Amino acid sequence: MSSPSHIRRLSRSRTNKLMNLAIRDVRYRFGRFLLTALGLGLLLATVMAMGGIYRGMVEDALSIVRAPGADLWVVQKDTNGPFAETSRVPDDLYRVIRAVPGVREANAIAFQTVQLDYENKSLRVQLIGYRPGNLGAPSAVAAGRPLTMHRYEMVLDRKAGIPVGARLPLGRLTFTVVGLTEGIVSSSGDSTAYVSLQDAQELQFLKANEAVRNERARLAADLQANPMLNSVPTASLFSIVQNTNLANAVLVRLEPWANADEVARRIERWNHYRAMTTAEQENVLAKNVIERARQQIMLFRIILLVVSTVIIALIIYTMTIEKTRDIATLKIIGAPNLKIGSLIMQESLSLGLLGYVFGALLINLTYDYFPRRVAVLAFDQYVLLGIVMIICVLASLVGIRRALAIDPTTAMGGGA
Amino acid sequence: MPAVAAQNVTKIFGQGDSRIMALKDADLSIEAGEIVALMGPSGSGKTTLLRALSLIDPPTTGQIAIGNEVVFDGARVLTDDRKLRRQRMGIIFQAYNLIPFLTTVENIALVLTLNGISNSQAMTRASELLKRLDLGHRAGIYPATLSGGEQQRVAVARAVINDPAVILADEPTAALDTERGKAVMDLLRHLGRTQQAAVIVVTHDERMIEGFDRVYYMTDGRITVH
Repeated sequence: MSSPSHIRRLSRSRTNKLMNLAIRDVRYRFGRFLLTALGLGLLLATVMAMGGIYRGMVEDALSIVRAPGADLWVVQKDTNGPFAETSRVPDDLYRVIRAVPGVREANAIAFQTVQLDYENKSLRVQLIGYRPGNLGAPSAVAAGRPLTMHRYEMVLDRKAGIPVGARLPLGRLTFTVVGLTEGIVSSSGDSTAYVSLQDAQELQFLKANEAVRNERARLAADLQANPMLNSVPTASLFSIVQNTNLANAVLVRLEPWANADEVARRIERWNHYRAMTTAEQENVLAKNVIERARQQIMLFRIILLVVSTVIIALIIYTMTIEKTRDIATLKIIGAPNLKIGSLIMQESLSLGLLGYVFGALLINLTYDYFPRRVAVLAFDQYVLLGIVMIICVLASLVGIRRALAIDPTTAMGGGA
Repeated sequence: MPAVAAQNVTKIFGQGDSRIMALKDADLSIEAGEIVALMGPSGSGKTTLLRALSLIDPPTTGQIAIGNEVVFDGARVLTDDRKLRRQRMGIIFQAYNLIPFLTTVENIALVLTLNGISNSQAMTRASELLKRLDLGHRAGIYPATLSGGEQQRVAVARAVINDPAVILADEPTAALDTERGKAVMDLLRHLGRTQQAAVIVVTHDERMIEGFDRVYYMTDGRITVH
């Protein structure tokens, strides 16, 4: 079939783009389109927040492991280290480990969760005890100064909201905040508090006076009851009751030439402790400690994406139904299916893109206000954009299928 | 050579006991520049014949030719029916059927852009046509704000903008009062003659049949020349 000559002539001289029906439809229903995209944006913001919470959880968990910059973590045998379970090692173990070839530095470190009271508010913190000036210090202090004295000083994370100079009672001790770190928190999002190892040991292992008295009395009674031991002077064993010379791990930094696995094997073979590389410690945190939370969040994200798909599909389907007569008219005046299909797909993609922009704006403006860290990564956002675009294409197929099934006679009068 | 010709066209809906023959051996031949009316009571097959001629709903048997090209040979459609309609036909509806999200001028220009003409050229031509129809001042507004008569004049403009060989109008004045109906019919006749198109107007309004070259009358699916 030949085209009329004027159409052929004009077609050859085509220089500008053709009429885009999707842009015109969106322009016509702009208010409603905007509101729909806003609603979708809120949903996508939730998806992004979930992703950010997941990333934040991982970053939080790893920050505490990475902060001291250790290569190895020596922990109690058959345990996964202080972040996963109870681990106790003698605090002088570091002296023995320093003698291992390839070890440059080693230092004992203690971890404990405590509750601080400040201005009538209570907050949980992850207390970290180390020997000031040695391995175990935070990688950087953002305000104030690091610990210099060996007692009663504290470096807190900024997240705790407590300023430098504040005085904080904790157990029998009172600390002065001398510095603030930035972004070092525990796997549960609690702020960290660095104190000297001796302070940390007292807080963790020193018993109350009444408990010490009771244990001394029990020890004396046991010695008296045993004929083989009743000659042992009771006072010489009191130090056992009062022993605070424990730590939760020993941090090790290696010489540049040392092989971490070899040093770890050597420590494990003759010291009967477990030596974990920092990568293994990170793995324990990422895979074991926060794995369920990670899976939960991932599942929730998938559910939200499925909900988004269904909602976009419903919106596009409804928009298509509303245009039934218009689509029938387009078919009658000769619009090809490609034109009709692209109208629906472009609207779906525009809706998804605008919703995504709203969501991204919202999450980027608000993530600082979340109680836990929300780590919004550019990579995650690009991946989500890709997923949203795929969802929009899939959702538009429902509308396109409906549009292509519309009988063009719908646009004509019902007469026979 | 007729611009549009139909021979022994039948259209059957349904099967078995519910089978209805809407068109019975309908014959029609209209020359270029000729304007004919198709009249008859409701249910006589007028709209069915228009649907068949435009291949929107092809006939069951018979033959349809547009110009020298047979587009339906009794068994199957021999051409791309959408391409046929956008390039060689103009169709006018009883309810105007302007696209609500396009402005007046865009509704007209759409037909040209569907034929591959650039948007700017199509808009220029559509604007010129609107001015000729004294609707230039309504170019940028949406159809919902136009009166019924204005909407139908825009619909006529949309039907003729691509210089079609055949214009099919399905009860174009049914929703208009007599004065506006006559104005639309005058416009249709004028444009049809100017463009040398074969114009078929379905109507059941006796007041509108002045000025037609011929009037076909339909009863129970059969055509008789009046």
